[in-house]
Amino acid sequence: MAIKVLHHGLATSVQDLGRPGYFHLGIPLGGAMDRLAMRAANLLVGNSENAAGLEAVFMGPKLLFTEDAIVAVTGADMPAKVDGVVHPGWTSFSVKAGQELTFDFLKSGARLYIAVSGGIDVPLALGSRSTYAIGALGGHKGRPLAAGDELPVGAAGAVRPGRSIAPEFRRGPGSPAELRVLSGLYWDRLTDEAKVNFFADEWKVAPEADRMGYRFRGGRKMSFVDRKQPFGAGSDPSNIVDSCYPYGSIQIPGGTEPIILHRDAVSGGGYFMVGTVISADMDLIGQLQPHMSARFVKVTMDEALAARAQRRALIERMRASGLSGMGRNRR
Amino acid sequence: MRTIEIKSPLPGTFYRASSPDTPPFKADGDTVAEGNIIGLIEVMKTFQEIPAGVSGGAIRFLVDNEEPVMAGQVIAEVTA
Repeated sequence: MAIKVLHHGLATSVQDLGRPGYFHLGIPLGGAMDRLAMRAANLLVGNSENAAGLEAVFMGPKLLFTEDAIVAVTGADMPAKVDGVVHPGWTSFSVKAGQELTFDFLKSGARLYIAVSGGIDVPLALGSRSTYAIGALGGHKGRPLAAGDELPVGAAGAVRPGRSIAPEFRRGPGSPAELRVLSGLYWDRLTDEAKVNFFADEWKVAPEADRMGYRFRGGRKMSFVDRKQPFGAGSDPSNIVDSCYPYGSIQIPGGTEPIILHRDAVSGGGYFMVGTVISADMDLIGQLQPHMSARFVKVTMDEALAARAQRRALIERMRASGLSGMGRNRR
Repeated sequence: MRTIEIKSPLPGTFYRASSPDTPPFKADGDTVAEGNIIGLIEVMKTFQEIPAGVSGGAIRFLVDNEEPVMAGQVIAEVTA
């Protein structure tokens, strides 16, 4: 045991980069909602990028360390304090046995990633340590953390405090956030007017947005092209014959409030999807607070693939910068 | 006599009462004790109780019922 949870914050859970391969069985990828921030935190403390850390949303937890560790905090801007002394984000620092890690109020962003040298060593469930709370799977007892929980930490490699990730890799949503969207199979369910409005309107994050889906409101109601209700589909014009839901797909039940499915998404259902947020922009969604503004920006498949390649290159550069001169003995 | 600010620990929607049919937790001018609940914040399908965190008199709310709040935003002030 190396970390004792004194306060869980709002919803803090063990996450890694997820559990691929089971979505067809209804078990989602899960894992960090801001994957780049999770990777960065792990790199800073000398872990593999897929090691498990903690994801905290809107409020930080209060943690007591019972062993010495190197820690890094990335993602949302929420000042980290060790026994009351503030440490900058995106930079590794040392926590000694008996010290407490706490957090100030959130300044920007939404989700905080806490990596600990050695990683949070909960058992693997279907190949991942991510917590899928709705399915009571993985993480610490299949649920978000609670006060009194004790978390095991794995064996740490040699790593120094004071390592930092350059600002160019600290990506956050602007205001309004611009989320690039590739229109999908059901796009033509919308009238021409609705197609224009969907991209023209400014949407606001609804307070119910969570790891399953980010709901938006504030834009004009979508109107639908008339059709004969297909056999097997519900009677609402937004209903379809049940279909698979990709990550990032945007459904608009009843044509009113778009919902972007995120890491803990359901895998299928009977709502049409206007399109899908491109993979390069999924992390940004995880950093949106309630009531923040967002716009959907239409892109082509070529633009989406170019953005994906750019993002891959960005992660490569971060990896290279994060490893150089780290004084690591491992790997 | 000084003014102490009560800040929201998280972003969401602020409610002054536990339901639309009940009176607010605190009315402007009430005294508050540290453990008193002064409102709720709705976020991610849950309601978080906001404790005063301070003891004092004459609470004055700076945020209306059902108004959006950001983390760290001042919800109310009390004199102590």
